[in-house]
Amino acid sequence: MKLVIIGNGIAGITAARNIRKISDCSITVISSETEYFYSRTALMYIFMGHMRLKETQPYENWFWAKNNIQLKKAYVTNIDTTNQTISTQQGENIVYDKLLLATGSQSNYFGWPGQNLKGVQGLYNYQDLELLEQNTQNTQNTQHCKKAVIVGGGLIGIELAEMLLSRNIEVTILVRESSYWSNVLPAGESQLINQHILKHGVDLKLNSNLQEIIGDENGKAKAVVVKETGETINCQLVGLTAGVHPNIDLVKESTIEANRGILINHYFETNIANVYAIGDCAEFRQPLPLRRPVEQVWYTGKMQGEHLAQNLFGQRKAYNPGPWFNSAKFFDIEYQTYGMVMPNLKENETSLFWQDANAERCVHIIYDKNDKTFIGINTFGIRLRHKLFDKWLREKATVETVLQNLSAANFDPEFYKTYEAEILKQYQQQTGILLKAKTKRSLKHFFNLMKN
Amino acid sequence: MLLFDNISNTESNQLNIGQKFFAAIGSIGLLIITLSWLKVKAVISTPMLVVSVLCLIVGVLGYAFSTYRHHPEGIKNNNVFFNSLTNRGLWAWVLGIIITGFYILLYFFAGWLGFSESGNTGLVALFDPLSFALKGKAASQWFVYGTLYTIAIVSFGVKFILKYRHNKYQIFRTVSVMFFQLFFAFLIPELLEGLNSDKAYFAKDIKNMWPLNYYFFEDWHLNAMLGGGNLGMFFLVLGIFMILIGSPILTYFYGKRWYCSWVCGCGGLAETAGDPFRHLSDKSLTAWRFERWIIYSVLIFILLTTALVLYTYFTGNSNILFLNSYNLRSWYGFFIGAIFSGVIGVGFYPLLGSRVWCRFGCPMAAILGLQQRFFSRFRITTNGDQCISCGNCSTYCEMGIDVRWYAQRQQNIVRASCVGCGVCAAVCPRGVLKLENGPINIHRLNDPDAKVLD
Repeated sequence: MKLVIIGNGIAGITAARNIRKISDCSITVISSETEYFYSRTALMYIFMGHMRLKETQPYENWFWAKNNIQLKKAYVTNIDTTNQTISTQQGENIVYDKLLLATGSQSNYFGWPGQNLKGVQGLYNYQDLELLEQNTQNTQNTQHCKKAVIVGGGLIGIELAEMLLSRNIEVTILVRESSYWSNVLPAGESQLINQHILKHGVDLKLNSNLQEIIGDENGKAKAVVVKETGETINCQLVGLTAGVHPNIDLVKESTIEANRGILINHYFETNIANVYAIGDCAEFRQPLPLRRPVEQVWYTGKMQGEHLAQNLFGQRKAYNPGPWFNSAKFFDIEYQTYGMVMPNLKENETSLFWQDANAERCVHIIYDKNDKTFIGINTFGIRLRHKLFDKWLREKATVETVLQNLSAANFDPEFYKTYEAEILKQYQQQTGILLKAKTKRSLKHFFNLMKN
Repeated sequence: MLLFDNISNTESNQLNIGQKFFAAIGSIGLLIITLSWLKVKAVISTPMLVVSVLCLIVGVLGYAFSTYRHHPEGIKNNNVFFNSLTNRGLWAWVLGIIITGFYILLYFFAGWLGFSESGNTGLVALFDPLSFALKGKAASQWFVYGTLYTIAIVSFGVKFILKYRHNKYQIFRTVSVMFFQLFFAFLIPELLEGLNSDKAYFAKDIKNMWPLNYYFFEDWHLNAMLGGGNLGMFFLVLGIFMILIGSPILTYFYGKRWYCSWVCGCGGLAETAGDPFRHLSDKSLTAWRFERWIIYSVLIFILLTTALVLYTYFTGNSNILFLNSYNLRSWYGFFIGAIFSGVIGVGFYPLLGSRVWCRFGCPMAAILGLQQRFFSRFRITTNGDQCISCGNCSTYCEMGIDVRWYAQRQQNIVRASCVGCGVCAAVCPRGVLKLENGPINIHRLNDPDAKVLD
């Protein structure tokens, strides 16, 4: 049996590794991006000098041969599903028994005038990082990059801002919404991050769309125009970070069906036999309850890789990823989320929002106002235990259980300032109910809660 | 590989005005020390000693303040892999060779530093006034070394605290190593030495336990303690108590970090002055294999040496089979005590990272590590499935542990070598790692294949 995986990101590689654990089939992973798997989420750290590409590779180079996973650096141009053959730009034809598509995402370009000028780019893959290096380096012919405009107030935009600031490049971010990432974050959290972005010296322009990018006589970006104000901002670099979309170029010419992403069922099967898709590039025909059809997150890519391995070579089971969780870091503020915290409350929901008066920390808890079922939590500047929240969400624990055991759920380093009592106090102010903490910040208490 | 060579920041060496100013101040301190070493008589005086020490301390503190002042609290590893000094470039080699050279002089050619029984000259003479003030006698090369070592830990300790000022664990731990170095390793022993100058020398740094202090059980040292009155008896009893009871209890409750990253002087220097080089440790599986062979060989070496030394002490017989206890102890002192812990251990900071001695050589770390691995409440917990495999934890692990390998498969980190510095947890951008003490038998070694908690 010959399995071919296209894409060596977290989804494709997780699938390969997990399949190898349970099967001796031939595995070939093809990528045109890098020779070895690296952590895409760490691209920013390479640019900032925290790590080199080598440090971002989770496995040593000998790992792949030792586990008999063949890596091929090539660009796949065509899939012939009738003859089960793929062709590469390098002129090679590879026959497969099963084909896994894990081709990831591409940056969104929304047809802005000037988006193809030199010095305009997105940030998704290693080539983008190399391009960014070129676009920010001092060379004989290009003016040194002193000022950049980033378009898009999401996770990549703020990472790009942090990267550029580390090279002493001034940054303006144009955010379409009235507050940073407010299509995902509730107002309180979004406001906290707005303040933090400003603290880092970024010029944050809210309610601002990109009108056009103006080029110079060499076809290089020299300024952007803001739609709402008509303001022209001179710059040498434009970062387009208004989200990503599934990379489906490869299947467009094939019989494999795609919408925004490659269409799959809950077993990751496409419309063509023996062809599967996972990760950023895939779109569920039937989205899971409360989830989006395309989930472009590291964790879902990893989970889908694990599930697919079981589906192909173990027990065939429909994908069920369990309660939602995610994390990010906005400059110096870590963010974790468990369960479903939407930007706006739903009909049946109410919330408890606590913000530290003296530090950039906040907690936002959503629960059902009728039966007090815990629905979700956002924390900023505070770490929580994933497994405990996963358990509470699966068991539909009440908000009071969560509040009374917040200490045992805390994952901050030792000696960090506590906040749990303040949150209980705030709950009392909001509801009149006086709750007493049942557990302390201790591993033992955490284990006890996990056992029950 | 061409790919990653072309990500480099050519401007990373730009210094701000404060950094330049305080680098100059620090350089004046170093210049005075160098001139004294070259026996320029004009600088060998009490005022010049005061000026040079102040310049060193103010230089480091001012530089650190200028570096971190404008940055909000948070992780500060920008440009680490671009700077010549921290990425094995020219400055790293220059610094490495200078420190290595200093250690060679210190251990084998003290005369070249100006040390002389009949009256010091040069560098050692520069420190005579301080030595007289503390213990009423002239300095030795070891006094000079101890003073500079303490200055390094205290001043770079302040730098480390500024860098990690958002993290209370790092602050407490660093204050602790600064305290233990300044008082337990330096001031108290030197003052006690002065008060007991009529008696034979014995080690008065209580935290410098056997087998890190490898001569603790040697006959001259035991005799000095036994002949040292109440103080000698105190150090003998407490020394043995710490080895047999104190240390195992502390290691059981907190892991070896109570010593290696909170108390120890070698660890103290690595964590403060050595911090800029922590990422240079080798994370490969091969390095781990070397580590286990080398460190446990050193452990066997010191156990054997100490056993023979005690055998000789109690029987007067220095030979057993083909081994001679006097030869063995002098070999250990030369190869391990001097070459490994000093010359390589610190001299190679800018090339091999700051914990080479602690990781590959220290027999104390080996003993504590074995206990930590098999009989301790300490572990680094991995937080569910939150790891994004970015590699910051592994990169900044000074002990060369591939932390990510565990974290990304949801496994706790329970490794003999972990000194519990907590930097992996600090640099993690997703809140995945936490240093914890807890029930010894519950989920400490949470093999993910067992899926205990899932």
